[in-house]
Amino acid sequence: MKQKHLVIFSACFLLLAFVAGGLLYRSQKSEAALKAYESNKSTFIRQGAPTHGNPAAKVDIVEFLDPACETCKEFYPFVKKLMAAHPDKIRLVVRYAPFHSGSEYVVKILEAANMQGKFFETLEAVFSNQSNWAPNHTPQPEMVWNYIGGVGLDIRKLRQDMDTPEMEKIIQQDIAAAKTLKVTATPEFFVNGRPLPSFGFDQLKDLVNDAVGSAY
Amino acid sequence: MNAPTRAQDSSWALLFACWLIACVSTLGSLFFSEVMGFPPCVLCWYQRICMYPLVLILPAGMFPFDRNIVRYAAPLAVLGALIAVFHLLLVAGYIPESIKPCVQGVPCSEVQIEWFGFVTIPLLSGLSFLLITALLMLTHRRSSK
Repeated sequence: MKQKHLVIFSACFLLLAFVAGGLLYRSQKSEAALKAYESNKSTFIRQGAPTHGNPAAKVDIVEFLDPACETCKEFYPFVKKLMAAHPDKIRLVVRYAPFHSGSEYVVKILEAANMQGKFFETLEAVFSNQSNWAPNHTPQPEMVWNYIGGVGLDIRKLRQDMDTPEMEKIIQQDIAAAKTLKVTATPEFFVNGRPLPSFGFDQLKDLVNDAVGSAY
Repeated sequence: MNAPTRAQDSSWALLFACWLIACVSTLGSLFFSEVMGFPPCVLCWYQRICMYPLVLILPAGMFPFDRNIVRYAAPLAVLGALIAVFHLLLVAGYIPESIKPCVQGVPCSEVQIEWFGFVTIPLLSGLSFLLITALLMLTHRRSSK
């Protein structure tokens, strides 16, 4: 009987340790992100990264996204709605986390479009045709060209811009930032440096509402 | 039925130790993948396939104590140890590129954690499997006397 108790006690203890460890890890991660945000904003906001909304807004949503990521596509209209609910109070900054193989090519297209001031138009075209060019998480990045014709980009210049060493540097910078901030899945959001407590639409909404509430 | 002897008690304790190692390894690997967000590579999955069942199989041999448990648990532990050794050799670079089994997703040669400069996930896994194997062998020798 004593042996049975020993096993049950051990199992409970180990499970509790697991849960407590998880909570501790999460709170440490979010504290570290917040510290990084306060001491060095450039980890979050790269100079020249695509932004949307009022540049003087007091609430920053930094989103790490992968153009081939389905959940990023699902979140996109939701983020837009959140911004519309608080006009001029939120600025969205997009960072790249090209975790799918083949995503980097699409990121280059997006960043080159950003140089032409058409990032979000291009992103919307890429997202709305995602199921065609990236079916079942296997991106065929060359196919993206078929879907961005309507955006009004200077395609010749875009192709030139894609192949510059600066482009490589931008991607490496974003990947390095993702690593520093422990972004392992997309989309990942930081609202004024705070990561989502757990993943979901509501969690993002609460985080944004809190930040808007305390900033305005 | 005989009351459990002293020798049986100590054999039971060895099995209990095996079970604890298996539990810690299982929860640890889940912590790496689910909490810290490291995607497991293919070889990690094969090692998980050997480790996770031990958490359930070992108690079946502990209540009531069954010395035959070694025959059910040892193959898993030995196979897991072999995969872990293969994984370690791959990370260390002793096994050439061409026989790497993983082409998609996370490369198995990627080092995701490195504590104190040498403790990696496959090293932890290998140690767990070898320790479990050793304790199982000890259990077998003690209980067959």
